[in-house]
Amino acid sequence: MVEITPGAAQPSRRLHDDYMALVGRRRLYSGILLALFVALMLGGFNLAADRNAGGFWSGLPSFFDFPRDVISEAWEARAELPGHLAEFLPALVETVNIAATATLVGALFAVLFALMSTRGLAPFPRLIPLVRRVMDVCRAVPEIVIALVLIYVLGGGPVPAMIAIAIHTVGALGKLFSEVSENASPKPVEGLQSVGANWTQRMAFGVLPQVLPNWFSYALLRFEINIRASAILGFVGAGGIGYELRNAISWGQGKFDQAAAVFILLFVTIVAVDQVSTLVRNRLIHGGAP
Amino acid sequence: MTDAAMPRDLRAETAALFRRRRLVAFAIPAAILAYLVYIFFAFDVPGLAARADWQNGQTLVRDSYSHKIHVTRDNRDGEIEASIEGERRFVFDDRTLPDWIAPGEDTVIDLGHGGHEVRYLADGGVTYDIPGFGRVAMMPSPEGVAVDWPAGVDPADLPGWINAGDNRISFVTEAGRLSVTRNRAEVFRYFTGWELFFFTLDSPYYGLSPAEVLSRAVSGEAGAIVNDVWTNSMWRHGDVAWAIFETLLMAFLGTCGAAIVALPLAFLAARNFAPLAALRFAVRRLFDLFRGVDALIWTIVLSRAFGLGPLTGSLAILLTDTGSFGKLFSEALENVDDRQIEGVKSTGAHPVARYRFGVIPQVMPVLLSQVLYFLESNTRSATIIGAITGGGIGLLLTQAINTQKDWEEVTYYIVLVLLMVIVMDWLSGIVRRRLIKGGGDAE
Repeated sequence: MVEITPGAAQPSRRLHDDYMALVGRRRLYSGILLALFVALMLGGFNLAADRNAGGFWSGLPSFFDFPRDVISEAWEARAELPGHLAEFLPALVETVNIAATATLVGALFAVLFALMSTRGLAPFPRLIPLVRRVMDVCRAVPEIVIALVLIYVLGGGPVPAMIAIAIHTVGALGKLFSEVSENASPKPVEGLQSVGANWTQRMAFGVLPQVLPNWFSYALLRFEINIRASAILGFVGAGGIGYELRNAISWGQGKFDQAAAVFILLFVTIVAVDQVSTLVRNRLIHGGAP
Repeated sequence: MTDAAMPRDLRAETAALFRRRRLVAFAIPAAILAYLVYIFFAFDVPGLAARADWQNGQTLVRDSYSHKIHVTRDNRDGEIEASIEGERRFVFDDRTLPDWIAPGEDTVIDLGHGGHEVRYLADGGVTYDIPGFGRVAMMPSPEGVAVDWPAGVDPADLPGWINAGDNRISFVTEAGRLSVTRNRAEVFRYFTGWELFFFTLDSPYYGLSPAEVLSRAVSGEAGAIVNDVWTNSMWRHGDVAWAIFETLLMAFLGTCGAAIVALPLAFLAARNFAPLAALRFAVRRLFDLFRGVDALIWTIVLSRAFGLGPLTGSLAILLTDTGSFGKLFSEALENVDDRQIEGVKSTGAHPVARYRFGVIPQVMPVLLSQVLYFLESNTRSATIIGAITGGGIGLLLTQAINTQKDWEEVTYYIVLVLLMVIVMDWLSGIVRRRLIKGGGDAE
C-alpha cells in the first residue's frame, strides 16, 4: 500500500503537468494569434486611414451630415416626393429586370454546367475538371470588369450589365447547383437508365425533381444579390436606378430630394425581395414538398 | 359499391393531377419565354447591333495580347521617330531602335510578312512595296498626296484595304498599317506580347536577354534590376502590388471588423440569450437596416464623411456585413446545445466562463467558416467598391478601362484580380476544411 502510492501518484502528476503544459501552450498560441490579429487590424486600420482622403476621426463627426442634408432637403420638398418616386420607377424596373434576366439566363446555363460537372451525372466525365475551372473563372471575375468592357464594345444600356451579372451567376450558381445534385440519390437515375432513357430524360425525370426545390432557393438568393449588383453597375454607367442615383448626388445641392427618392426605392425593393425570398425559401426547404 | 367507385375516382383524380402537372409543365416555360420576349424589347436588343461598335471590339481584343510600334515622319521637318503605341514617353533612341528600322539617307522599314517594306525617302516621298501588288509611291506636299500606282492598278477601283483620298491615303495589310497625309507619314507594326513588361526604354537593362539580366543580377546589380522592374513607368508593378494589397486590406478590415461588431450584437438578437423581446426585435431590425441599405448607399454616405480611399471602402463592407453576420451569428447561437452550458454551469463557473467554455467552442467553427466565406467573397466586392470609393485594384482597373486604349493593362489587371480571387478562394477552402475536420483547433 505504502509502496504503491508514490508509483501511482507519479504518472497522474505527470499527466496533470503535461496537461497543464499543453493548455498553457495552447493559451500562449491563442494569445499570440489574438495579439497578431489585433495588431493586424489596428495596423491595417491606420494604414487605410492614412491613405484615405479624409481621416477617420475627423470624418466621424460629419458622418450624419450627408444623411441629414438629404433628409432635411427631402423633407422640405416632401410634396414632390411622390412625383420623384414615380419618376424613378422605370429606372427601378430596369434595374430589377437586369437582375431578373441575369438570374434567369445565368441559372439556365448554371443547370447545364452543374450537371456537366457533377460526378456520376456528367455526360462527358473527362470534361468535369474543365467545366469546373470555367465556373471558377466566371465566379472570380468581378461584374464591373465585364460590364465596363462590354459597355465599350456594345454601347451603354442594360444589356452589358445583364451579361456581366449573368456570367458571374453561372459561376456562382453552377457550383452550388452541382453540390446539390452531387447529393441527389442515384437510384432514380439508374432506374431510368435500366429502361433505356437517354441522358436528357434521366436528368429531367431522375435528377430535377430531387434537386429543384434547393436549386430554386439558391436562385432566389442569387436574385437578391443580383439586384444589389445591378444597382452598383448602374452607378458606374450601365443604366437603371444606380445611374439616376449618381446623377442625383453628383449635382450637389438641390437634387437631394431626388436622391432621397432613389434611396427609398432601392431600400424598399431590397428589403421586400429579401423578405419574400426568405419566406419562399423557408417554405421550400422546411415546409415540405410543394 | 364503394369498392367499385373508388378506383374510378382515383383514376379521375390522377388524370386531373396529370392534367394540372402538364399545364404547369407548359405554363412555367411559357411564362419564362414571355418574360424574355418582353425583356428583348424592353432592353432594345434589336437596336443593339446598331449601337455596338465592332471596331472597338477588335481593337480591344488585339490590344489585349499585342502591341504596336509607330514609326512616324513629320513631313514638314523630316523628323523620324519610332515609339511604342505612339507615346511620347516611349520613344526609341539609337541604342534601343529595333533592327527592322534602318535609318539612313532613305529610312527603310521592314514589315516582314514576305517582303512588305516601307521607305521614307530623302526627298520627302514614301514608297510601300506590297508583295503581289507592287510598289506604291507617294509624294506628300502642301497641296495633297500624289500617288503613283503600280502598273495595272486602276486608281478608281482599289481593293478594300486601301483607302485613298486627295489628302490622305492609308493601307491596312497583314503586316501592319501605313497612312500618309500631307503633314505626316506613319507606319504601325504589330507584335504579339506585352511591351516593356519588365524594363522601359530608359532602363539600361532594356533589350538584354534573360540570361544576360540574370548574370548581371548575380554580379551585384540585382537591386537595380528589381528597382527598374518595380518602378516600370508603363506597367507600374509597384503601384499595382500596392493596389492589390489595398484591396485585400479593405476586404480583411471590413470582414473582420464586421465580425467583431456583429458577435456581441448577435447575442442580443438570439432568443436563448436575450430574454428581452423588445431588445431582440430592435437589434434584429438594426441588422435588417444594415443589410437593406445596400453597400452602394453606404459607400456614398461614407465617402461624403471620410472622403475617398480604402478606409471608406472597408467601412462600407463593415456596415453591410455587420447586418449579414448579425443575422447568421444569431441563428448559429440559437442552435447552440444547452447541455454544454449547463455542464459548465454545474462546475460553478461564473457567466463569462460559461460563455467562454460553453458557447464559444460550439459556435466558433461555424462562425469562423462563415467569416472566411465572406472574406473570400468580399475580395471581389472590394474590387468593385474600390472602383467607386477610389481605392485598390478596382480604381486602377476602371481608370485603365476609361482611357479606352490601355487594353493590355486592363488585361493584366483582370488576370491579377482573377488570380487574387482564386488564391483567396483556395486558401479559405483549405482553412475551412481544416476547421470542419479538426474542430478542436478552432480556438
